[in-house]
Amino acid sequence: MIPDLGKYAAEVLSAYAVSLLLLLGLVWVSVRAARRACATLEAVERQKAARDG
Amino acid sequence: MSIWEYANPKKFIATTTPVLPWVMWGAGLCLAVGLVWGFFFTPDDYRQGSTVKIFYLHVPSAMMAINIWVMMLVTSLIWLIRRHHVSALAAKAAAPIGIVMTLMALFTGAVWGQPMWGTWWAWDPRLTSFLILFLFYLGYMALWTAIEDDDTAADLTSVLCIVGSVFAVLSRYAVNFWNQGLHQGASLSLDAEENVADVFWYPALVCIAGFVLLFVGLVILRTQTEIRLRRARALQARMTA
Repeated sequence: MIPDLGKYAAEVLSAYAVSLLLLLGLVWVSVRAARRACATLEAVERQKAARDG
Repeated sequence: MSIWEYANPKKFIATTTPVLPWVMWGAGLCLAVGLVWGFFFTPDDYRQGSTVKIFYLHVPSAMMAINIWVMMLVTSLIWLIRRHHVSALAAKAAAPIGIVMTLMALFTGAVWGQPMWGTWWAWDPRLTSFLILFLFYLGYMALWTAIEDDDTAADLTSVLCIVGSVFAVLSRYAVNFWNQGLHQGASLSLDAEENVADVFWYPALVCIAGFVLLFVGLVILRTQTEIRLRRARALQARMTA
């Protein structure tokens, strides 16, 4: 399935592996931070609503 | 309706939330098609062999690294001139994406350069200006975290962004200014004579579209995150006052 990369296989595969890892890591960190921010804001808004009655 | 209405945080979130999944799915689709096409279904280059496949990662990431800084410059100027918080937060949100793109461009460039130039690194004008751009991204992010007051942080990082723009422009045009470097000129051009062959150009275009969409999606998501965190901090401050 993988094309014949010849003598440059290590360079090409490492470029793809590291790049995909960086991109997936960036997406994962961003989504996780977004979920945490939503949860934090909801908690603070609930707290404020409870305090204000 | 004015474009400045979107500088309202609530309006920004309300407008961008329904668009976000489409942008992210579009990015995923373009990246999957472009990278699979480039990796599996394009021939080797007659001189560079299979290393030409690094092109589909290196060129889009390098383009994004420079253009993200330009986007940050525009939003920083909007902050300095019009004091719209969303624009300052958008610049802050874009920086981590930019640094990942810069790192990716530097890494893929090094592993491509080693077999082609015989060295991982050279103090070539484009490579050096890219390294400096990477350091500017680092400094920009560090400055945001080092200053407690959001408005002061936005002011100072905006000034840093304006200064760093010199290196963003240098990164793009360094090969034109100095001819003695190892790095070649632009691979992509609107001039068909200068451009790479179509067999490499079409998958590269799909990859570039994927990188652009991924950036747009991530910057929307991260700006929304910054807006929510800022609102949470403001509410907490109001409750403790």
